[in-house]
Amino acid sequence: MTVIHERESNPAAGDADRPIGYGRIQRKEDPRFVRGKGHYLDDIVLPGMLHGAVLRAPVAHARLVSIDTTNALAHPKVHAVITGKDLEGLKLAWAPTLSADVQAVLVTDKVRFQGQEVAFVVAEDRYAARDALELIDVEYDVLPPLVDARRALDADAPLIRDEMEGRTDNRIFDWEMGDAAETDAVFAGADVVVSQEMVYPRVHPAPMETCGAVADFDPVDGKLTLYETTQAPHAHRTLFAIVAGIPEHKIRIVSPDIGGGFGNKVGIYPGYILAVVGSIVTGRPVKWMEDRSENLMSTSFARDYIMQGEIAATKDGKILALRTNVLADHGAFNATAQPTKNPAGFFSIFTGSYDLQAAHCKVTGVYTNKAPGGVAYACSFRVTEAVYLVERMVDVLARKLEMDPAELRLKNFIKPEQFPYANKTGWVYDSGNYEAAMRRSMELAGYEELRREQQEKRAKGELMGIGLSFFTEVVGAGPRKHFDIVGLGMADGAELRVHPTGKAVVRLSVQSQGQGHETTFAQIVAEELGIPPENIDVVHGDTDQTPFGLGTYGSRSTPVSGGAVALVARKVREKAKLIAAAMLETRPEDLEWEKGRWFVKGDPTAGKTIEDIAMAAHGTLTLPEGVDGNLDAEVTYDPPNLTFPFGAYICVVDVDPGTGRVLVRRFIAVDDCGTRINPMIIEGQVHGGLTDGVGMALMEIIEFDADGNNLGGSFMDYLIPTAMEVPDWETGFTVTPSPHHPIGAKGIGESATVGSPPAIVNAVVDALAPFGVTHMDMPCTPARVWAAMQGRATPPI
Amino acid sequence: MQIPAPFDYVRATTVEDALELLARHGPESRIIAGGHSLLPMMKLRLSRPEWLIDINDLFELDFILRDGEDLRIGALTRHTTLLESDEVHRLFPIVRDAELVIADPVVRNRGTIGGSLCQADPAEDLSTVCAVLGAIAVVRGPGGERTLSMHDFHRGPYQTAVGPDELLCEVRLPIRARSASAYEKVERRVGDWAVGAAGASVTLAEDGSIADAAVGLTALGLDHTVEEAAGLLRGKRPSEELFADAGRLAAEACDPVADQRGPVDYKRHLADELTRRVLRRACARAAGHPDQPATPTQEG
Ligand SMILES: Cc1cc2nc3c(=O)[nH]c(=O)nc-3n(C[C@H](O)[C@H](O)[C@H](O)COP(=O)(O)OP(=O)(O)OC[C@H]3O[C@@H](n4cnc5c(N)ncnc54)[C@H](O)[C@@H]3O)c2cc1C
Repeated sequence: MTVIHERESNPAAGDADRPIGYGRIQRKEDPRFVRGKGHYLDDIVLPGMLHGAVLRAPVAHARLVSIDTTNALAHPKVHAVITGKDLEGLKLAWAPTLSADVQAVLVTDKVRFQGQEVAFVVAEDRYAARDALELIDVEYDVLPPLVDARRALDADAPLIRDEMEGRTDNRIFDWEMGDAAETDAVFAGADVVVSQEMVYPRVHPAPMETCGAVADFDPVDGKLTLYETTQAPHAHRTLFAIVAGIPEHKIRIVSPDIGGGFGNKVGIYPGYILAVVGSIVTGRPVKWMEDRSENLMSTSFARDYIMQGEIAATKDGKILALRTNVLADHGAFNATAQPTKNPAGFFSIFTGSYDLQAAHCKVTGVYTNKAPGGVAYACSFRVTEAVYLVERMVDVLARKLEMDPAELRLKNFIKPEQFPYANKTGWVYDSGNYEAAMRRSMELAGYEELRREQQEKRAKGELMGIGLSFFTEVVGAGPRKHFDIVGLGMADGAELRVHPTGKAVVRLSVQSQGQGHETTFAQIVAEELGIPPENIDVVHGDTDQTPFGLGTYGSRSTPVSGGAVALVARKVREKAKLIAAAMLETRPEDLEWEKGRWFVKGDPTAGKTIEDIAMAAHGTLTLPEGVDGNLDAEVTYDPPNLTFPFGAYICVVDVDPGTGRVLVRRFIAVDDCGTRINPMIIEGQVHGGLTDGVGMALMEIIEFDADGNNLGGSFMDYLIPTAMEVPDWETGFTVTPSPHHPIGAKGIGESATVGSPPAIVNAVVDALAPFGVTHMDMPCTPARVWAAMQGRATPPI
Repeated sequence: MQIPAPFDYVRATTVEDALELLARHGPESRIIAGGHSLLPMMKLRLSRPEWLIDINDLFELDFILRDGEDLRIGALTRHTTLLESDEVHRLFPIVRDAELVIADPVVRNRGTIGGSLCQADPAEDLSTVCAVLGAIAVVRGPGGERTLSMHDFHRGPYQTAVGPDELLCEVRLPIRARSASAYEKVERRVGDWAVGAAGASVTLAEDGSIADAAVGLTALGLDHTVEEAAGLLRGKRPSEELFADAGRLAAEACDPVADQRGPVDYKRHLADELTRRVLRRACARAAGHPDQPATPTQEG
């Protein structure tokens, strides 16, 4: 595959290939991955380790009548069988979720979704554990399931959470943002109002590595070492201390190499807790590793939003206001991982990139008989849904006004001079130059030429579509005073030690799932201190070795930990200055910094490199007053605001008029994530996200039948895209640094997943314009596209 | 990791050995060829054979050879071998059309024609290919060898005439002059099973009219070829109207079920649309015209 991207000049690079600092360098972690030497959860083998397997409910809604474990316990290789009753005795049958709810670890009273955890077998090997599951006899009394979220609040809907005191319906929350009255007033006076219902179906992050844990509880010193596929090791440690009652200093969480997270590995799953219980009960380490179907059926999904959008504008295309009502299907337990005060995450960024007079949204969360969870890749805490809503609505408006969608967007963008820009739902956008990004994207695409080609094709009956999307994200939570997860403030720590020979180790609170942290964070230190990235070790994923912080999700690693690392490096640099002054027998204020060295102003030959200074710091030099004998520092970075990455995407599709098949012919992605640390890693993130976007737009959906059976329980049924469905990505960029971030960086992890689905759907709808189609919901499968062509487009749920 | 129920395993050394092992271990034993249909079902514990009899060492079943008016294909011939064979392509272009859209290279490197036909999945592509080519299946069992038309071989979804103690050994494709064939499939994604597919084979008479034709459908609820379409086509000159009529007959003959891949009306539409496309392409090929791209391609 040829990938077209723009190469930027790299002023930071000493020479082009090996920059000391920012620039395009190969990832430090890749040699071990490409040689098969990565060390994932399932690679962990501990002496005496046993294996766990989970028995799962075959139905979506049922009373648990009885469980008989006699035959399973009689299996010669089985060490323990744990049921909900056993957990009740330990007060572990229910665990708190990340959203102020509780979730059953094992069913005690009632099954609430197909695939829910019913019992846990611990056996000699994984084969025996699986075989023994079949020996457990469970009797269920099947209840009518609630599958359709639209019916969740009906008076006769089955009550899912009947165990909750005083609960009479399936409503989880109602949440509003913006000013309803002001918005209604603007709508009432507008020339044009268009509305459209749109569904963002339930999809699954489907990381290559499924979830798992190895629990090793030492009965002698009471210390639990828990290896987990987790994106947030420190938050997990605190939660385990709270849930399991094990003192926090006796818990060590280790997150090894992670084969993709995409939000799927933020929460604490019953399997993790069961591995811990299994280890405590048997006195031996216990591994639990779910299989693909378990991952797809029981772990955190994404989306599942039914959105009614309305947009108001003047007849010449000035967008005035947006409002939306959302029905959010949260499944059987509200286990969404998002900041406590934001039950619909950051959905209120749905005002997008436009300068509006008013906006209002209302989100209603409901329980259904489906798997819980609901934060995942480019959830960005629901920014994905928000961007889809606004970018589809703008296209719906463009069609109504018979305006070019690019022109309509250009006319309504927030202008560069309006930043920092306070939107109508309470966000303060840090920086942006939207028109520049849009124009760059149109230039790369050859937009005018594409529209001409489309005209010619239409005349011949061929279906070509051009779709645009311009997204603004909000990423990098905290500040901690506004954002917390179960009371833990969203800030992140970093510790930096420069060893005597000038090599360094930086310890992070965030954990990579493939994003290249070992490279990016080394490059930040390199940029600040002039130590080559290969001489900087990045340590993460082990709570005994790293400072506290909230972890990697919602594109927050670079905005938060990136800030922490830059600041800790600057702290070391300042300390190095004091030591260098002592070495050079001069005053600190007489020194000047150039990358890697302090020297005397006006006398560049009199200087000390960071290596010299590191040796002196640990050596025999008489240190200045108040300076300890090391070159170490630590910080916790509490971001003053979030960052607001943006981008302009253009998608070109061809639709086969006879079969409805969609071919994504071209995709142009211009991203602005502020300062670019490693452009190759940025492009990798963008390519992955765009591919994910093609998946969601064209094929991905977790469907349920009327009985609540999950129809997406394997990769034969839940389709994810391959290299064959995606075009050669054409990427470009603009650079608008974040003014408040220590290095001006904004985060790129989810931009493409957020931004690409609306571009693709807009392109498909554009291709189908000759059939009078103004909207169709994802996924745009051949059958669904064909139905839309027949005037029978239906929502997928 | 998904783990099958316990089973035993043995490798056969010859066809006779395989037949003997089948006899010895009885109906709870299963032949394993490429394993790409059987193993996924075992991992989901939907299939629980007690014995697997591995025939991958039977090189005597891995061949493609021309024998008079037949092309003989051994049951252990891999999808990849069929895909890459120029001789197969020259004689039966439908095979490469189909093989290009069967699964992915990893599956094609192991999966076999014998396994495909014996699995008889309703969405399985080679059954349609063999049906429209008028293939003969050669089956051996304790009572010796028998030959079956595809009509007799295929007994409906997941059912064939191969008994539990028998082995499919080869498939014979009759070679005809002035003939060509074509296949087209709609899938939701590369490597996915068909939403619907159609295959056609035509033999032209000296005067350019259609001397013989066969149309088959995959995943559209029709086990055998569309006899009505064949009847209509025979003796007529190829034309868009004729293809359209044949397409209509195929749509009427099929009996698809709604599933996640699509509703009934769409699948019926595909029977029509794809029948027209494969007839158009097969006739053009039989007349010696180079292929026109029928649908936009990723490379396009
Ligand atoms: C991801 C994936 C996608 C796929 N997509 C497609 C697709 O799009 N189209 C398609 O047609 N196929 C598809 N397949 C199926 C693939 O083509 C299989 O390889 C094929 O169907 C079975 O061939 P096999 O050699 O692997 O058979 P096996 O799995 O080894 O056997 C299948 C069955 O046939 C029996 N059997 C095998 N050989 C013989 C024999 N010689 N005599 C008697 N019985 C025998 C076995 O006992 C078993 O019951 C897909 C498979 C996978 C895994």
